[in-house]
Amino acid sequence: SLSCQAHTPPAFPLPHSNSIHLLLHQAKHTLALSSPMAVAIAEAPFHVLAVDDSVLDRKLIERLLKTSSFQVTTVDSGTKALEFLGLHDEDASISSVHQDVEVNVNLIITDYCMPGMTGYDLLKKIKESSSFRDIPVVIMSSENIPSRINRCLEEGANEFFLKPVRLSDMSKLKPHIMKSRCKEHCHQDEDLLSNSETNPTNNSSSSSDTITISSSNPTDNSSGDTISSSNPTDNSSG
Amino acid sequence: MDYSNLRRQAASLKKGLFDQGHLDEQFRQVEDLQDEASPNFVEEVVVVFFKDSGRLISNLEQALEKYPRDFNRWDAYMQQLKGSCSSIGASRMKNECMSFRDNCGQRSVEGCMGSLQKLKREHAILRQKLESYFQVTLEAPPCQSWCHDRWIISINLLTDVCMFTMQLLRQVGPAGAATRPAM
Repeated sequence: SLSCQAHTPPAFPLPHSNSIHLLLHQAKHTLALSSPMAVAIAEAPFHVLAVDDSVLDRKLIERLLKTSSFQVTTVDSGTKALEFLGLHDEDASISSVHQDVEVNVNLIITDYCMPGMTGYDLLKKIKESSSFRDIPVVIMSSENIPSRINRCLEEGANEFFLKPVRLSDMSKLKPHIMKSRCKEHCHQDEDLLSNSETNPTNNSSSSSDTITISSSNPTDNSSGDTISSSNPTDNSSG
Repeated sequence: MDYSNLRRQAASLKKGLFDQGHLDEQFRQVEDLQDEASPNFVEEVVVVFFKDSGRLISNLEQALEKYPRDFNRWDAYMQQLKGSCSSIGASRMKNECMSFRDNCGQRSVEGCMGSLQKLKREHAILRQKLESYFQVTLEAPPCQSWCHDRWIISINLLTDVCMFTMQLLRQVGPAGAATRPAM
């Protein structure tokens, strides 16, 4: 399911945006110069998209991810993965403008050997897309072939898991997600900076939902950008 | 109902599966994923495995007939099956898959056929053993807490008390008249 499960009740209604980090950024950009206020943000579990043509392996990876406190969506092909993300197969560089559901995926984990579109092909499409190139991609394979592993890493894969995937492998995922969110933050910093110079009213985000923020205590949070993760049921011990 | 006996039986069946090499460490990894949120996970996985592997074996057999000496195709089918065996820890089956792929590499039709027969036999044995195991584990659910044990003990005690009372009543007989044992 795509519903966000908040661990703590949000202080204000959250829109479905592509990035909670972007939301924070917009809030900062809009309010930083005015009165300082604390913005409470509910931390949703990270959402992983798992791609595997084997029904057995899909069942296992889903359980592995859920046990490690991830929200999971599984699909059985690279094509379906692209559909889910809203990317067109033929031209993955253009994301669908009229998506019915806004997708928030924090990591993609895919099998290498799949009929039709391989995991490697999927990796390439994702890295070609402007909307999703920063999402970490993990490749899984039952065969330990160094040239294959290197090819994937060179194409931008963040990690390579040898199957069968274990619970202990799950702990390697979160660091990649956190790193990519920092990278995204930097990209948006640059975007907002360049946009405000040329056109101050230009909103670089794809989300046009309005944000209602209630002020609580007047502590200035503009220095600390850390979003604490709350995963109390993290069972990622092997 | 003596659950501890059934649980001993289940443990013994499982130990046999590991000792005889039918299952390996990966099966324990799958078991570790079972919890209160997913209490039948292992059984569900096993069911999916046998459905999936049955289908793959059937596809392979058709391919052996329809595409003679197409070792690449046969190998591709077997790669999928080997992956499934590996995911669940079906060790003996996995070995036969590897043997089949070796025979594909050596382009030996006879070797492939031999490996496939062995694979099917291991498939059947594993299915039968796991079915027995699950049958026993379902009859004797694992003890989740001391409350469960106490409950079982209470039921047993109550049953014993009832039986004893009934026996007493039979001896006493209708209208309180005692049935004296023959002297």
